Amino acid sequence: MRIPLLSAFSGVAGAGLRVLSFTLCSLSLLPSVSGADDDKEELRDLFFGAAMYYAHQENYFDAIVALDNELAQYHRLDEPALDPFSNHLGQAEFSVGDLELSYRMHREAGRAIEAVLKGNVSQEVRNEAAYRLAKIHYHKQQPLNALHALEMIEGRVPLRVRADEQFLRARVFMELGRLEEAVELLKDLKGEESLEGFVEFNLGIAQLKSGEEARGVLELTALGKRHSGDPADQALYDKTNLLLGSHLMEAGELQLARPYFDRVNLEGPFSNRALLGAGWVEARAGRFDRALVPWRILQNRKGTNESVQEVMLAVPYAYGKLDVHSTAAIHYGRALDAFGREIDTLTASINSIRQGKFLEALRRKEATQVQNWVVALRNLPEAPETHYLLDLMASNDYQEFLRNYRDLNDLYERNKEWLKSLAAFEDIISARRAYYEPLLPQLDEQFRTLDARIKLRMEQRDQFSSRIEQMLVSRRPEYLATAEEQEARLQLLQLHKQIARNPKGFTEQSRSRVERLQGILDLRLSTEYHQRLTEAYKHLQALNAEIEKLQTVYRSYVRSRQAATHSYTGYNKDIQRSRAQIRSAQQRLEMLMARQGSMLEALAVEELERRRSQLESYQIKARFALADSYDRANELQEQREDQRKIEQHREAQPETLPEQNPPELEAPESENGLQEQSLEAQPETLPESNPAELKVPESENGPLEQGGQPQADQPEILPENKSAERQVSEAEGDKA
Amino acid sequence: MFRILQIALLLLLAAAVNAQNVSRDDIRGLDEQIQDVKKDVIDLTATLAQLEEKLLFPSNTQVALFVSVADEKPFELESVEVTLNGEIVAHHLYTYREIESLQKGGVQKIYTGNVQAGGHPLQVRFIGKTPSGKEYRANASYQIDKAVGPKFVEIRISGTESEINFKDW
Repeated sequence: MRIPLLSAFSGVAGAGLRVLSFTLCSLSLLPSVSGADDDKEELRDLFFGAAMYYAHQENYFDAIVALDNELAQYHRLDEPALDPFSNHLGQAEFSVGDLELSYRMHREAGRAIEAVLKGNVSQEVRNEAAYRLAKIHYHKQQPLNALHALEMIEGRVPLRVRADEQFLRARVFMELGRLEEAVELLKDLKGEESLEGFVEFNLGIAQLKSGEEARGVLELTALGKRHSGDPADQALYDKTNLLLGSHLMEAGELQLARPYFDRVNLEGPFSNRALLGAGWVEARAGRFDRALVPWRILQNRKGTNESVQEVMLAVPYAYGKLDVHSTAAIHYGRALDAFGREIDTLTASINSIRQGKFLEALRRKEATQVQNWVVALRNLPEAPETHYLLDLMASNDYQEFLRNYRDLNDLYERNKEWLKSLAAFEDIISARRAYYEPLLPQLDEQFRTLDARIKLRMEQRDQFSSRIEQMLVSRRPEYLATAEEQEARLQLLQLHKQIARNPKGFTEQSRSRVERLQGILDLRLSTEYHQRLTEAYKHLQALNAEIEKLQTVYRSYVRSRQAATHSYTGYNKDIQRSRAQIRSAQQRLEMLMARQGSMLEALAVEELERRRSQLESYQIKARFALADSYDRANELQEQREDQRKIEQHREAQPETLPEQNPPELEAPESENGLQEQSLEAQPETLPESNPAELKVPESENGPLEQGGQPQADQPEILPENKSAERQVSEAEGDKA
Repeated sequence: MFRILQIALLLLLAAAVNAQNVSRDDIRGLDEQIQDVKKDVIDLTATLAQLEEKLLFPSNTQVALFVSVADEKPFELESVEVTLNGEIVAHHLYTYREIESLQKGGVQKIYTGNVQAGGHPLQVRFIGKTPSGKEYRANASYQIDKAVGPKFVEIRISGTESEINFKDW
């Protein structure tokens, strides 16, 4: 069973960014989670396990290098089937594709998987390869190619990727506008644990887009009503509610929209936009006092957030609508101060980016080792205000750029280390040469002497061996005589010759004695022949053992001698070539880093400038609105002053007014003065933060009154409610 | 000369990107070049790693030790100490990701070194705990018999059984 690599990869991301960007990346990575708890496969090759050790830690580079190495070695073998790596071959080839995909090497991953597809593999393996190829095309935003790859699947898909394959197919259909088919597939996938939440989310979106409005709303409503302790799951539910709330608000269904905004978790990443949306629902319905409840909560949040900045204008706008112009003026004043400060910060940030501080901060290794490293960047000296860049940095493209930039930087640093290592290798080589070269000639001389002796002994052994073999075929007792016997035999032979030459020179007794001795010798050699042959054979065996030891020492010496030579010869060319290749790669890396860095900087500056111009536009609106509020407040003040004078005058008059007063003298007191006081007092009674107010059940909202739209007398101070539009468009984009 | 011109042209292009909005074609072109350079550096690193191994750890003296975790039950390895020939050659404290990787079947190459042919005493000690906080530790000895070829030994840790097994590969 294969180790599901991507499942391991999908789990970890910077916690801060993870929440923000989960909708962007988790949908694509999540399908691989299905096999996360699969049993461990029995390891047949140690080095495959070592490569997986890197892979499971998302150390893609080292994992690819290790697997590539193993695959290259395997393919160079004469009999690869004997290598234990062959047990993991298919898995390794898939894994390389997976790892390359994770390392954003789509082309290589595609080639690796296409090679598997063309290979002689089972249909099931082919289907999995087709699925992976489709996933690559989908990542590359080529849904049509993804569909072609999926169409290559025939028959059974391996169980561990079956749900993922269906989910991918559904998303491809959604991309291609084949919404009905997507809906059918997603309906079948409901209940799939590994895809829980994401199926419903996509199903709801597909239904909404395919015209099944009511079903889509129902589906998303059911999803949005869920709660989870897991921040990622909860963020999905919050996003669903935000999406639906915004959708309904845009559709004019104000009475239905508010509860969706209220369901969004007040601590979650979508809470700001939800609070803003909740306020706009009320404001659009003309209930500015109720709009102030969520807006006042939002107003006190982080001042760099776009929703917070928008609400800094929305709050005084609402007070203005409630005719509390003095409070409105105070809030406009605060907003102006805040906008001024933020514009200065943004200008400083833009300058800092242009000076290269941003890239410098991104290159720091320690930056990624802390949670919320993007936010932490701003704490570095002269680093830009990254709170403004969070949304940008959470986008898919920017994430890709960032990762590529960091990858390039990582490769550059690795190559730098290799250059240092090469220098160290050269030092080692020269040290070894200096040590061995004076020693080797003397050693070689001794070796040659020993080698001659060893060869002599080997020849002798071979001779004995061949004699013994001969004796097994033809009997040769004399070969088995001892040295004494050999001497005696030779003496007797000599005596025989002498007797033969001069028989009369020897007495009969002497001749008889020689014969007897010869007989004794022959008898002994003859009777002890088998025993002696056995002994000789045993001695030969013992000799062979000794010779084997000698040969082991001999081979060891030869290998050591070779190793000594190989430890310093033959490297120079390789090192020089490698050094040249590294330097060339470094030049390319520097150039690509500069280009990628420029893109990162350009996008960051663009984003900051957009925010700055937005704030400048808010500033202008706030200035006009502030002046307007002052005018209105002064007008009211004058009216009150006039009223006070009338009162004083009235009190100074001793005589009572005629009973039949003209009605115009009483009207201002009741309609203007009291109303003004009550309205001025009203904001004070509004709770600063009242989460309970946000959790109003649907029934409490009741139907909205018609004609409750914002009046057209102050449109110029009202920031456009862009957030809601953006939410919808972003949410639609999230299915990718 | 051509290279200098090429770099100058690309730097101009880079400056142009800075000045203008980033276009899709720019992004695609750059992405492909990044993929190419990644592939080249991967190949180069593989070659360099082989060169390093050949130079520093020749096969006749090479010994490599690997750590794996056998537990099916949840067990978090905290540290491993390896002593070879009476000398501590490796001491590793595990990060969360490393533990997770071992649990998923990864094998850590904890030590690579050089020894002469013959017998070499190896001692391994580990400390770890279960999610409930119960601590487990053990140590074990093994004899590495180094022959002419490279020697690979797997140190398999069964944490909750306080057991260490060795396997020659």
